Amino acid sequence: MKSSVIVFPGSNCDRDIALALEKMQFKNSMVWHKETFLPKSDLIVIPGGFSYGDYLRSGAIAGKSLIIDEVIKAAKSGCLVLGICNGFQILTETGLLEGTLLRNKNLKFINRDVNIKVLNNKTNFTSKYEIGQILKINIAHNEGNYFTNSKHLEQLNKENLIAFKYCDENGNVNNQSNPNGAIENIAGIFNQKKNILGMMPHPERMIDKLISNTDGVNLFSSLIN
Amino acid sequence: MKFSVTVTLKKDVLDPQGKVVENTLDNLGFKNLKSIRQGKFFEIEINENDQEKAKNTVKEMCEKLLVNLIIEDYKINKL
Amino acid sequence: MEITKKIIEKHGLKESEFKKIKKLLKRNPNLLELGIFSAMWNEHCSYKSSRIHLKKLPTKSKNVIQGPGENAGVIDIGDNDAIVFKIESHNHPSYIEPYQGAATGVGGILRDVFTMGARPIALLNSIHFGSPDHYKTKSLLNGVVSGIGGYGNCIGIPTVAGETKFNETYNENILVNAMAVGHAKKNKIFYSKAKGLNKSVVYVGSKTGRDGIHGASMASAEFDKNTEEKKPTVQVGDPFTEKLLLEACLELMKDDSIIAIQDMGAAGLTSSSVEMASKGSLGIELDLEKVPCRENNMTPYEMMLSESQERMLIILEDGKENYAKDIFKKWDLDFVVIGKTTDTKKLVLKYNNEIKGEIPIEALALNAPIYDREWSKKDISKINLNLKNLKKINLLDSLIKILSSPNHSNKSWITNQYDQMVMCDTLQRSGSDAAIIRIHNKDKAIAVSVDSSANYCRSHPISGGKQIVCENWRNLISVGAKPIAITNCLNFGNPENKEVMGEFTECLQGIKEACEYLEYPVVSGNVSFYNGTNKKNIYPTPVIGGVGLISKISKPLNHNIKSNDNHIILVGKTFGHLEQSCFLKENYSIIDGMPPQVNLQNEKNNGEIILKLIGENLILSAHDISSGGLLVALSEMSIGTKFGIKIEKPKNLGSLSEYFFGEDQSRYLIEVDKNNLASIEKILKDNNIFFENIGITQNEYFEVVDEFKIKIKELYKINNEWYNKY
Repeated sequence: MKSSVIVFPGSNCDRDIALALEKMQFKNSMVWHKETFLPKSDLIVIPGGFSYGDYLRSGAIAGKSLIIDEVIKAAKSGCLVLGICNGFQILTETGLLEGTLLRNKNLKFINRDVNIKVLNNKTNFTSKYEIGQILKINIAHNEGNYFTNSKHLEQLNKENLIAFKYCDENGNVNNQSNPNGAIENIAGIFNQKKNILGMMPHPERMIDKLISNTDGVNLFSSLIN
Repeated sequence: MKFSVTVTLKKDVLDPQGKVVENTLDNLGFKNLKSIRQGKFFEIEINENDQEKAKNTVKEMCEKLLVNLIIEDYKINKL
Repeated sequence: MEITKKIIEKHGLKESEFKKIKKLLKRNPNLLELGIFSAMWNEHCSYKSSRIHLKKLPTKSKNVIQGPGENAGVIDIGDNDAIVFKIESHNHPSYIEPYQGAATGVGGILRDVFTMGARPIALLNSIHFGSPDHYKTKSLLNGVVSGIGGYGNCIGIPTVAGETKFNETYNENILVNAMAVGHAKKNKIFYSKAKGLNKSVVYVGSKTGRDGIHGASMASAEFDKNTEEKKPTVQVGDPFTEKLLLEACLELMKDDSIIAIQDMGAAGLTSSSVEMASKGSLGIELDLEKVPCRENNMTPYEMMLSESQERMLIILEDGKENYAKDIFKKWDLDFVVIGKTTDTKKLVLKYNNEIKGEIPIEALALNAPIYDREWSKKDISKINLNLKNLKKINLLDSLIKILSSPNHSNKSWITNQYDQMVMCDTLQRSGSDAAIIRIHNKDKAIAVSVDSSANYCRSHPISGGKQIVCENWRNLISVGAKPIAITNCLNFGNPENKEVMGEFTECLQGIKEACEYLEYPVVSGNVSFYNGTNKKNIYPTPVIGGVGLISKISKPLNHNIKSNDNHIILVGKTFGHLEQSCFLKENYSIIDGMPPQVNLQNEKNNGEIILKLIGENLILSAHDISSGGLLVALSEMSIGTKFGIKIEKPKNLGSLSEYFFGEDQSRYLIEVDKNNLASIEKILKDNNIFFENIGITQNEYFEVVDEFKIKIKELYKINNEWYNKY
């Protein structure tokens, strides 16, 4: 499997995700935002960070960069695209995913481990997880409060496009287990074709027992299959 | 009575956000763009009929909370 | 323009200092030159009041590669790995504009570290606020915390440890100290010493604006009656640009293009150019019209004194200009050759080919004034505390009072606002005695901690100075790290006041004694004087940032109890020293008395034995006993886990409060498996270490037999309430 990680000025989880991909046997290349050519890849990852300082709106400026046209082209032709954190914000700014990420309801940056529940495991990203499996994954964001219109929300539910929801350690999805105010506790969504996943939690931070747990490993091992 | 308050960074204070937006618009082909400064906008409604008094209240709000006079300027307009 | 008395005064220069300037120049300075002297000769750049005392600190050991005097200190951690670190204050700007003040404090200290060729791997901070009841405290706390987070999160460097304290002494003058730690290859450290003639002096990074020109704003208001708008003196941080600058610098540092590099921090272009020239015994000539400016019509005076952020000055090897320029262009940063090195030993400033200022480098650096200020010893004869007639307080109530107090409450409200995980090498996050950061791609790690004890330092500066070094040492040991070296940020009041100067002198004396005994040298630091108002100086608040080495990572060690039915051993002797304790402060509002004394010999022996036990994998968890004493430390080991402790009172107990809340030093708590108990006790006995087996871990409950029993969940709640309700 070949992967490409897009690096914007201000990306700061690019090294972390590259390391995770390599550890999981991807043949990875880093692609600088000023490039107009994307190496042939099975998976494109837009990493976390603060592209362009997150100035104006998170992801807005990156959504207008040169390389992003190539990412859109590849995505439309079926290439797998994973956007993590800032990457998710960028995907919504480009229109590859619908909806938007608002400021956290407490108006503060949040970094902590939260529980999320797997809602759909019939995708290239999640096949190694069980339905309803509870993962403990780190979040680190200012704008992770997912919001979308009611029509799209209905579609997300009907077509099983919600990847993960925030929950408590027993799997309860409610207000107490919602860290940032996201609508219906949504932590990650797919596009209609399920070749694009945007998620706020950082799976690349959860592959090393020494620093955390290994709940993120199966996302990458799903992809490598 | 309704007022608008526009808060901008003082002329000589660095505006990182404005700078990045400016560069991006330039890259998008807006070559006649000269400069951009980013700011904040408030709409404030006051229960008060005396315009002078109301404006003074808004001014006080600005100086006590909405504006950091060390780095920001503000303008009040009646709507 | 004539230099009047008023102008001299507004530049913060004394009359005697102005005379000295005239003597060194053999003429009157012009305004530009005066501004440059004022910047170089102020306390911040010249260390004129502190230098003779700082010289006494130990700064060398076999691990020290670079001590004080460079952008940051450098230590050797083996295998060609070096750690670069420093702490710095940003107190005054943070009081005026908390978000930007704190943010630019973080930005500045990061530049000090990556200037030396290190990739920053961790940020720490020590922040002190006024009383929580003071009307400004809440907004200052909010602003400072989001400023620190805003900068560190955006640039993508984990903020892993710190301390937050409240005390009314900081009502009018908060403290914001930021520490950065970086990793470099030992053979790829970059210094600020210029070498060679006619080398290009290059300006890189952001453009120069009128940020932070203190003297200028005041002076020019006088001269130019048309200037209505007061010019800004607070800098705005731009972490995005700093991230670009960091990556660009590290990319350029991969080869041998750079001769010398210096961050433009305080006094910007002035101090960076003078420092590089001074260290290399060279001259430097700048063409100021080439300086990239953000505003129109900036004068040479403004360019030289601007404190705009995210800028660096580099001296390049011949012929490397285009190569270097391409790198900075890739990162969308300015890169301009603005001058060259010369053999004149002078700073020559030209603007459109006209010389605007010319000053011998030595006059600015080596000949800067040095003061041996008058100081007085702390008078302790008046301390007379009678604790005999205190109203009796129930043990549990006292514990609850302390655990729910602002200074002891759980700080996750703060630490959750910092990205602690980015870079994926944080083995231990905030909340333990020290944070642990792995060296990337290696199986070794460093431990880091920052500490201060202003109350102790105020009541007896020598003991206080000693105590913080020891506490910091102990914190590193508690996570299994061998302490290597420290950086210090010395926050004091007005040095022209002889009591303040006495506090400074005596605190340093204490720091020196402890550092020498523990072989724990000082490799970098910063002095911040004039904290306080005209009437009141702050408590002396030296802050120590320590770095220790864990040469082989197994499992990161922390203070959380691991399972039930293990023994808890108290290592070190308990005398029951209550003066200056948290117990007296929170329960009786008594803040008088002497701080606990440190016995350096015990400190060293106890610490080394703990390290030995950890090294032999005999310890499940460890915790140092500090502010709050034994009972607070025991409860901290339980809170956040499912396990409590059943604690037995010693048989011949004099006073419950003294035993459980005394703040005697050099003590640790360790959790050990039953099966290892005998061998551990033997090691402790063989080494003449005093210890007590004081309890057994158990499920769910924290109790002192015959006194109280409380659910851990409840203690957790008590400990977590304050911030969320504030």
